[in-house]
Order: sequence, then structure tokens, then C-alpha cells
Amino acid sequence: MGKKGLIPIAFLLLLLFPFFLPRFYVYLSSLILIHGLLATSLNFVLGFGGMYQFHHCVFYGVGGYTTALLLTKTSLSPFLAFLAAPFASAILSILMGVICVRLSKLYFGMLQISLGSLVWAIVYRWYSFTGGDDGIHGIPIPHLLASTNSAYYFTLVITALSMFAMYRMLVSPFGKTLQGIRDNPVRCEMIGVNVKLHQLLALIIAGFFAGVAGMLFVIVDTTVFPEMLFWTLSLEVLIMCLVGGWFTFFGPLLGAAILIILRTIISTYTVYWALVLGVIMTLIIFFLPNGILGYIEEKLKRG
Amino acid sequence: MDLYAVLSQILVGLSRTVILFIVSSGLSLILGVLRIPNVAHGSLYMIGAYAAYTISKYFGGQDTGFWVALFGAPLFVAFLSFIVERSVFQFLYEREHLMLVLLTFGFSLIFGDLVKLVWGGEYKTVPVPRIFQGYILLFEHLHLPIYNAFLIIIGPVVALLLWLFVNKTKMGKISRAAAVDREMVGAVGINVSWVFGVTFVIGCFLAGLGGMLVAPTISVTLGMDHSLIMESFLIVIIGGLGNIWGALLGALIFGLTQSLGILLWPQFGIVFPYAAVVLVLVFKPKGLLKSTW
Repeated sequence: MGKKGLIPIAFLLLLLFPFFLPRFYVYLSSLILIHGLLATSLNFVLGFGGMYQFHHCVFYGVGGYTTALLLTKTSLSPFLAFLAAPFASAILSILMGVICVRLSKLYFGMLQISLGSLVWAIVYRWYSFTGGDDGIHGIPIPHLLASTNSAYYFTLVITALSMFAMYRMLVSPFGKTLQGIRDNPVRCEMIGVNVKLHQLLALIIAGFFAGVAGMLFVIVDTTVFPEMLFWTLSLEVLIMCLVGGWFTFFGPLLGAAILIILRTIISTYTVYWALVLGVIMTLIIFFLPNGILGYIEEKLKRG
Repeated sequence: MDLYAVLSQILVGLSRTVILFIVSSGLSLILGVLRIPNVAHGSLYMIGAYAAYTISKYFGGQDTGFWVALFGAPLFVAFLSFIVERSVFQFLYEREHLMLVLLTFGFSLIFGDLVKLVWGGEYKTVPVPRIFQGYILLFEHLHLPIYNAFLIIIGPVVALLLWLFVNKTKMGKISRAAAVDREMVGAVGINVSWVFGVTFVIGCFLAGLGGMLVAPTISVTLGMDHSLIMESFLIVIIGGLGNIWGALLGALIFGLTQSLGILLWPQFGIVFPYAAVVLVLVFKPKGLLKSTW
């Protein structure tokens, strides 16, 4: 079956969303795309790189705050502000990556989460610059992108381009090497691969695209707040990867869609969404450890 | 800078250290022996605080209430963790750390909502018992609340008891052996699953105890688990995984940098402990003291 043929069809369908969906659902679709991009960028280092990036949302938050601060505090061109976000996140990932990449597995994750928490604490407290725990609201978005529909189209195009770029990188020799490092770092080191350099590059790429997601969030929601960098959001994004499937490219996007749609539906009935999420996760870990898309792929392979 | 201000902040920091130490020593025990990064540990701390509120209220809200809660709340948490461990966690010890982080995070979400369901969203307070009310005058201007003095005494007691358990009892020795090589311990005929279960319950008892002890000093509220669990994880990591004295050292670093940081630069008080953790980990990524792994 032509699995690749599904992608243009899905894209065309997504292009048509604003024509038949009410405004709130268009907004929700934008949020799904943003979180899908964020989860995919995390999975780039997590599922394909084997690195426990526990606190990925730091880069998302820094991207969002960069755009927000440039838009509110300077008179730079808005598109320069959008462009600056991923680069700010990438620079932060270089700094954090250089420190963390010496370690592996749980120690990597804990060092990464402590560095991330430091960034969060600074953002949370720097009232005069970041707005502290209030965040920044009512960020002026250029007129062209201010409506729900145009923000959605912008998000859709940027997300698609970013996903395509990440996909190309994963099927490139670099991506294959990265997956080799995930499966057997010692052996890769022995045959002459510079393991740490590859891991660092992957971290920078993942941080870059998380920054793109943060920038898109500012356009869609016109707010930033310190919870964007809090570790609970990072774990929620990890859950998206888990639910969709670690080792599949589109798994995290699927996971983001499932969780955000479920949250919207369940929240209309009860305030206990976290309880439902916890139960879903426990069930997934027990019965579908490779996620939903991972399970489907396995079934298809067996025929 | 005013010397009295520094000294009184150190005393505040020490009482905070005790709470942090009690909770993180339990986390460290679970992480060192069972190798479960238990994110739900913070929720058990929160449940300990809420249970202390209910028990203390049931017994009249005065002295008796406090003393019953001091033992009742941690025991309730231990019982809860026993059920969870036997019904879910014991089947997952061999999973990857990432899965365990997510699984226990799932449980922390479930616990968080269950607490909301049972106790509601309002603030709760637990009264300080009569004998712990008032202040001790240490120097001319230096006042120490008696309850904080009680905390500062109870910290080393817990540390000593825990050290005795791990090093001097048979159970503790088996658990240390199982931390190093669980298959070998199983091969000599010891039921490793039960050793793990008991260790887990003791670790969670400590979380409940920490929550109970902190309850009279703060207003008990939802979300108190989230900031604490991150702090305890960092403490355990900078101290060395599974090392009880490491947890004490880490808690001291965290508690003192926090309280002195507030004095130095009030706005960025909470940044100091995180910066201290990063500084330690940059130079000693595996923690200050030897880990059991």
C-alpha cells in the first residue's frame, strides 16, 4: 500500500479545515499542529537519538518568549522576531547540550532537567523582563496573521516544512548514524563515529524546531507564560510521544492529536482530566509499549 | 549584612532542609534499590499532608490530633503505596527508566486528581500543637519557633534510623545487595520481589512523614507536589543516587542556598538552589557522594 500517498491527502484535508470547521476547532487544530511539531522535535532526540531529553519544553518556552519579547519590547520587523525564536532556542541547546552530552541515560536526563529548571526559575522570577509568573499577554501580532484562519494556515505550512526537514534529516546518513548510536553507542564509537558530536547536533536540531513550535504558539495564542517551561509540560509532551509511538516518525503528531482532542472532549464533562490521562498512560505502558502507531506498523509488517 | 538576619535565615533553611531530606531520602532509597525514578513520590508527600489535616481534625485539631497524625498520616501513605506497588509497580521493575518516569508521572496525575476529589481545592491548615507554640530565644534578637527546633531535631533522628535500617538490619543488607545484583540475590533463595516491596513502602512512608511534618508550617494545597518532587530529584542526584548521607548533603545545599539566596537577592531567591545544583553537576555529574549504582 502506498503509505506515502496518504501524506499529501492529509495535507490537502488539513488545508480545507477552515472551510467547514467552526473557529474554535480551527484554533484547536493549530494547537495540535504546534504540539505535534514540539513532540516530533523531542522524538528526534528521544526515539531516534536515544537521549533522555526530559525537559524539552525549555526550548519551546524560550522560542515563545524570544518572539514575545521582540514583538513587545522592540520595534523590529515582526518576521525578524519570528525568525529569531528558533535560533535563540538553538543557541540555548548548544549551551545545554555541551554540558549534558558527556552523560547518558538517566544522568543525562537529570542534568538536562536541572538546567531546564534553572531557566524556568529565572523566567518565573524576572518580573521586569519576562513578566514573571504572569507571563506576557496581548502580544501584537502582524495584521496578516491576526485572524484564526490565517494563523492556522501559517502554522500548517511552517509545521509541514519543519516536519519535512526533520524527516529528510532522519533518512539522511546523519539520521542513520544517529539511530546507530541509539542502538549501540560503543560500537559506533569503535568504528570511528564521533558519537558526542552527532548527539550534540541532534540536540541542536531538536531545540531549533522546538523554538519554531514556541514561535507558532505566540502567533496562535498571543500569550506566553512560565508554565511553557515547567517540567510538567515536558512530561506531557513525552506522553504524546509515548501514546503515538516512539519509533515512528508520525507517532508524536498522532499522540498530540489524540491527547488534545481527548482533553477537549473530557473537559466538557469533568474537571478530572488528569485522572483520565493517568489511567490512559498506565494502560498504554502495560499493553502498547510501542504506542498506537508502533502497534499498527507492527501489525502491517506481519500482514 | 546583619549577622542576626543571616543566622535566622540559616535556621529557616535548616528546618526546610529537614523536610527536603526526609522526602528525598525516601526517594533516594527507592531509586537506589529499586531503580524506579518515582515521580509519584511528591504526590505521596502531598497526600501525607492532607491525611495529617484529616486525622488531626478528626481527633479534635489539638495536641492529640497532631500526635496521632504524626504516625497515622505516614502509615496511611505507606498503606496506599503498598497497594500500588503490589498491584502495578512490581510488574514493571525491568522496564526502561523512561517508561518508569512516565508511568509514575501517570500515577502522580491520578493521585493529584484523587486528592482534589477527596479534599477539594481549598487551602487546609494543620494547627501546631500547644507545646510547640511560641519561640525559643537563642540570642538577644534571634528567635526560633519551637516547631522548627523540633524539626531540626527530628531530621538527624530520621537519618540515624534510616542508616541503622540500611546497614544493621538483615532486611536492609538484603536490599543493598539486591541494589547491586538482584539476580544473584534471587538465586540464593531470597524473595527479591518482597524485599523491593518493603523498601518501596519504607521510602513512601518517608514521603508521607515529610508531608505530615511540613503541614503545620504551610497551608496545605494542591500543586505542592510539583515543586517538591523536582527539588527532591535534584537533591538525590547531587547527593549520589541511593546514598542517604548524600540526600542529607544535597538537602543541606538546597535548603541553605534557598534561604540565604532570599536574603541576598529576594527576587531571585528560588534561582540560587537550581544554580547550585547545576554547578555541582557540571563538576561532579554523578553526585557528590558515591552512588549505589
